[in-house]
Amino acid sequence: MQPAADDSPDLPEFQLVADSQGHAWAKLSGVWNLRALEPLLPGLEGTLSQRAKEASGWDLTGITALDHAGALLIWRAWGRRMVELLKARPEHTALFSQLELPDPTSLQPRRWRVGDPVRALGIGALSFIEHLQGFVVLLGQVALDVLRLARRPEGAPWKEISANLYRTGAQALGITALVGFLVGVVLSYLTAQQLRAFGADLYIVNLLGVAVIRELGPVLAAILVAGRSGSAMTAQIGVMRVTEELDALSVLGIPHTLRLVLPKMIALAIAMPLLILWTNAIALIGGMVSAQAQLGIDYRYFIMSLPAAVPIANLWLGLAKGFVFGIFIALVACHFGLRIKPNTESLGQGTTSSVVTATTLVILIDAIFAVMFSDMGSFV
Amino acid sequence: MSEPVIEVRNLWTRFGRQIVHRDINLTVYRGEILALVGGSGSGKTTLLRQMLGLERPGRGEVCVFGKSLHKSDPDELLKLRRRSGVLFQEGALFSALTVFDNIALPMRELRTLEEDFIRDLVLFKLQSVGIEAKHASKMPAELSGGMVKRVALARALALEPELLFLDEPTAGLDPDRSESFVQLLRGLHRELCLTVVMVTHDLDTLAALADRVAVLCEQKLIAVGPVREVAQNAHQFICNFFQGERGRRAVEAAVKREQEQPNACVAGLPEKQGV
Repeated sequence: MQPAADDSPDLPEFQLVADSQGHAWAKLSGVWNLRALEPLLPGLEGTLSQRAKEASGWDLTGITALDHAGALLIWRAWGRRMVELLKARPEHTALFSQLELPDPTSLQPRRWRVGDPVRALGIGALSFIEHLQGFVVLLGQVALDVLRLARRPEGAPWKEISANLYRTGAQALGITALVGFLVGVVLSYLTAQQLRAFGADLYIVNLLGVAVIRELGPVLAAILVAGRSGSAMTAQIGVMRVTEELDALSVLGIPHTLRLVLPKMIALAIAMPLLILWTNAIALIGGMVSAQAQLGIDYRYFIMSLPAAVPIANLWLGLAKGFVFGIFIALVACHFGLRIKPNTESLGQGTTSSVVTATTLVILIDAIFAVMFSDMGSFV
Repeated sequence: MSEPVIEVRNLWTRFGRQIVHRDINLTVYRGEILALVGGSGSGKTTLLRQMLGLERPGRGEVCVFGKSLHKSDPDELLKLRRRSGVLFQEGALFSALTVFDNIALPMRELRTLEEDFIRDLVLFKLQSVGIEAKHASKMPAELSGGMVKRVALARALALEPELLFLDEPTAGLDPDRSESFVQLLRGLHRELCLTVVMVTHDLDTLAALADRVAVLCEQKLIAVGPVREVAQNAHQFICNFFQGERGRRAVEAAVKREQEQPNACVAGLPEKQGV
């Protein structure tokens, strides 16, 4: 085979030559390495194995460069075995002599079986139970740590708590304010249109007040924090697993829960109610601005009538929810972080699961609160 | 004499105010194994990364296969990259892919090889670095340190490079594994006639592999040449490096090896290079 109309020495060449006894020799010459072969490969393999049948001996002495890919190509043309009549340089023969590859079919991906969905369901259920169990164990460990700290408060990780408080609380002020303000504006704008139709303009204070203070403020802030700080916590602990920092902590006799989990939990338990207070205030300001623009309700009137319209119990309920949200967001983030395996895929998966679980849990806890305290803070 | 594969010309590097390299000139010839040694912080790895085109020197240029790494267009650079392979210190295997896929990835990126051929080629590569086919479906996290290095070497060799960079090839391996890894590297070098640039601390690796040594110290290349010559240099760093008990043994071993099994891939190297 003449691969191309080009006589440059940098190309693989193939010729069939008959010797004096009439045997056909396949003479290979030129460069048989991946770089030279790659552009010709699609057609080359078929041609080569076809010609291989006509040749009774192989002369590779003309080959100037041979690498693994080239040797493999020739060996495959021989039908995955050594040929008997072979003339080649010793270093090239050495390459061929290593070629005793296992059957590639052993590497075929496993085929789909009928039982697979059932097995997947079972594995899913078991992994859920395992997560639940791990979560309870983590909760128990943290509780024990709290007890230990209560007896010896001088060993508390104050610095970590303070650092976490700043990262999860103070640095979240901007984003919660922005989102809170916009939601306040939108909510007020939409309700104003409805209320005007009924001539019930003044009730916007009640509607906005209860909705924001009891429900929207806490849930909004919690979801933002779950996405923002929860993912960061999971990723941080996960990377510590990858870099073996967690193991280093263990061998130094410092429990993970005390140094990593507890500070995050305490910090979020403090930061969450404060963030909710902040989000509430900004959302109400947004609502107030929109109400003034839409319905002409005076700022002064809005602020003065708020205490009467929204019983104070709603605020306490919202803050209590924030406390519980904070604890659970931190625990879920740490739980998933500690389970990350030292590879990149697990890190991504763990962070995603952490945020999804924390967000779902926030909504779930909110629903539980709504049912449990349904008769509290109503304004009848 | 062999043709130059890498040419480093008048290279300067600085990090902030600190000068790391001051006017470095170095040539790597086809078929040789060049070892870069130097104290920690002397900029060996930085120089290696500059040869790879991962970092840009402050001044001067690096030419690989006669083409400047900093003036070539992206297509040319890609071609250059495909002609060289790198073994990173920690292996840098893709942790989300199996051993098989790690080695197959660069081959698939070519987009001209058939999957069937790739499968055979990966198995051949694994075999040539001494990894059994049964490990092909494992994840990198399940491998021992020595196996990670071998798989990483197989990946570095996946595209049949002419030029191979090794960053601390035997760091983190026990003496036994380190010895067998060095043997493997020697064998592959002879078989494939690779040009090798390696950064190493290990005297035994140096003695067993290097044709020439380049010593980086105090921002400069203080000596370049065969081990036996460099070892006689009177510079303080070289004295400390080669004159200890282990150093002397390593130099003897290197000289003996040089006589018994000369590097068949090199036509002839300059005995001494002006520094």
